[in-house]
Amino acid sequence: MEQDLTLLDAIIAKFRGKHGILIPLLQEVQHTLGYLSRDAMRYVSESLQIPSADIYGVATFYSMFKLKAQGKHIIRVCKGTACHVSDADGIKEALRTELGLGDDEDTTSDMKFTLMEVACLGCCSLAPVIMVDDTTYGTLTPESIKGILERYASGEES
Amino acid sequence: MSTIRVKVGLASCGVAAGAMEVYHVLADYEKTGADIDLQKTACIGMCFEEPIVELSGGELGKLSLGKVDPAQIIGLVEDYQKGVLPPANIILAEKHNAKHNELLAGQYRIVLRNCGVIDPKSIEDYEDHGGYTALKKALSMQPASIIDEVKASGLRGRGGAGFSTGQKWSLAAREKAKKKYVVCNADEGDPGAFMDRSTLEGDPHNVIEGMIIGAYAMGADEGYIYCRAEYPMAIQHLKIAIEAAEKKGYLGKKIMGSDFSFDLHIKEGAGAFVCGEETALMQSIEGKRGMPTIRPPYPAASGLWGCPTNINNVETWANVTWIINHSANEFRKIGTDKSPGTKVFALAGKIAGSGLIEVPMGIPLKDIIYKVGGGMKTDKPFKAVQMGGPSGGCIPASLLDTIVDYDSINATGAIMGSGGMVVMDTGTCMVDVARFFLNFTQNESCGKCTFCRIGTKRMLEILTRITEGKGEMEDIQRLEDLSTNIIKGSLCGLGQTAPNPVLTTLRYFRDEYIAHIQDKRCPAGVCTSLLKYEIIPDKCIGCTACARKCPVSCISGAVKQVHVIDQDKCIKCGACFKACKFDAISKG
Repeated sequence: MEQDLTLLDAIIAKFRGKHGILIPLLQEVQHTLGYLSRDAMRYVSESLQIPSADIYGVATFYSMFKLKAQGKHIIRVCKGTACHVSDADGIKEALRTELGLGDDEDTTSDMKFTLMEVACLGCCSLAPVIMVDDTTYGTLTPESIKGILERYASGEES
Repeated sequence: MSTIRVKVGLASCGVAAGAMEVYHVLADYEKTGADIDLQKTACIGMCFEEPIVELSGGELGKLSLGKVDPAQIIGLVEDYQKGVLPPANIILAEKHNAKHNELLAGQYRIVLRNCGVIDPKSIEDYEDHGGYTALKKALSMQPASIIDEVKASGLRGRGGAGFSTGQKWSLAAREKAKKKYVVCNADEGDPGAFMDRSTLEGDPHNVIEGMIIGAYAMGADEGYIYCRAEYPMAIQHLKIAIEAAEKKGYLGKKIMGSDFSFDLHIKEGAGAFVCGEETALMQSIEGKRGMPTIRPPYPAASGLWGCPTNINNVETWANVTWIINHSANEFRKIGTDKSPGTKVFALAGKIAGSGLIEVPMGIPLKDIIYKVGGGMKTDKPFKAVQMGGPSGGCIPASLLDTIVDYDSINATGAIMGSGGMVVMDTGTCMVDVARFFLNFTQNESCGKCTFCRIGTKRMLEILTRITEGKGEMEDIQRLEDLSTNIIKGSLCGLGQTAPNPVLTTLRYFRDEYIAHIQDKRCPAGVCTSLLKYEIIPDKCIGCTACARKCPVSCISGAVKQVHVIDQDKCIKCGACFKACKFDAISKG
């Protein structure tokens, strides 16, 4: 899909000439375009005269940066210690089954959901926990997953 | 009738448990003209009872209610107004006989004193609770005497390593430079830890005020709070707090009429555990890949952009205001001689009272688990407590008399760490736990040091094959050799401590490793490849429930006859075990 890279001009102008900007800059680029495409990284590199190797280096170092298109809703499965001992794997399996994801897939074919694992969401007392976009759901069982996904699929939460 | 004050705990964990719905119901109720004063607060600490509502201002005094149902809250408030006590099972604590008074009795709150008490978005509320008085006092002191006071308090870095905070401050203060920085490390990455999140969500100004005092003492004029992006509420509360403090003149130019100026910024992390290490954190603030650098030079000499920099953890900063207001002497009265003060812990796992606690140093571990934490969650007995996250270790039941201070915890092979405490029962497999942490550190290793990059990978492979029943006895020696080399050959704390979870489990739970290797058995019944499901003939009534659930149709037997599982075909999914209503299937 062709991206409108001129959308980035305002972001680039805001950060021009400042130091230590690469991470927040890329965060805003990702926020605008949904992910960091090769073209977007090259555009930023040329506009700000930052070597594209530096940009790619940062983009691949931090887990928050995505180099592939993401689904509309991001589901984060907490894999922290407390969740691990409370069957986070069962929750993840239920999510994969419910979303119909194959072994190597993390985004549904309709681009509605992307599933990812995170180290710890810090809500350990409610383990196991998942976060859908900015909302945290706790004390889950594999059976409770379907109901949560339905809210998003039906557009009740957007 | 007086106005009833209603406080709802709206920290991340409260919201996840449904506190927002409770708040909305109360907000609508307030709009109908009800005589209540609705307030928001953050984490009260008893996360296992969320959503929590606190009522006060009536003749019953202050009451905390737990597991509040949005459908019942109006009724509860109306009853309270009439002086009618709610059902005993939802009263958590306070004056009346309540179920959790004992949990609170063992605690001492310095860092969390305002958490769950004030509205974290209101600077006025913070000021009403003594906020920014420590800053006023500090500005009237000489910078050197502030550092002396912090030194005298014996405060040690709460991020885990336990270095003397006063010492660290004097190193940065000694440097002659035009520009210096102070940094707050809020990149709380340990799985199983949420102390810093709760502190920042619940009382952001206390951390900010501590940083302003530190900056004044060390001669810094700019600061950063480096916070994980996974903590959106903490970041939001910090932003609101910084803006309010700027408006009131606590931040910015000529603070409170003095000649001291200080600006504070927030930097959001982008998801890299290694950035909790101070040199990596500074690389990340500078916008680079967060890879650790060789020390020396230490940050105190050459840190952010080559300027002298002082980095402290959230909880360390949060102790400063109390010490300035109450004096180092008072601080030393709490805790032990070598580790004065308190420590905040995040209790999680198989414990009844999971949540946030603050206890005086020197308290035995068993008191934390059985008194403050309310004991185990289920009937299964205690097996180990994991302290210090991926850098720490598992402490077994036989060492529960160990007291909480830096040196005693280190002696067990675990570390104090930042304060995550995950309690495990006999249903937890220690080899699986070690594998879990190795998987984590292996993923998070930045790749700079060979031993950390490849050594953790090899260790993970060995642990994985042990949990799959493919291990050999020599693997134990291999794990120990690799551990020694990774500790020696890594630059930063991540690599130097990565083998700790393996070393402590090998030290205290070696028999479990041997059971996996020699007997091909997982004593806790966790490692799927080693599980064996069998039907107990005496208990099976032939209801066919298991056979119908089995996804690979490997259970045979006629109706009302004893069934049998074909072990060759069984995929060990556990569906039959869950389906059986007569406990006729054994797992082991």
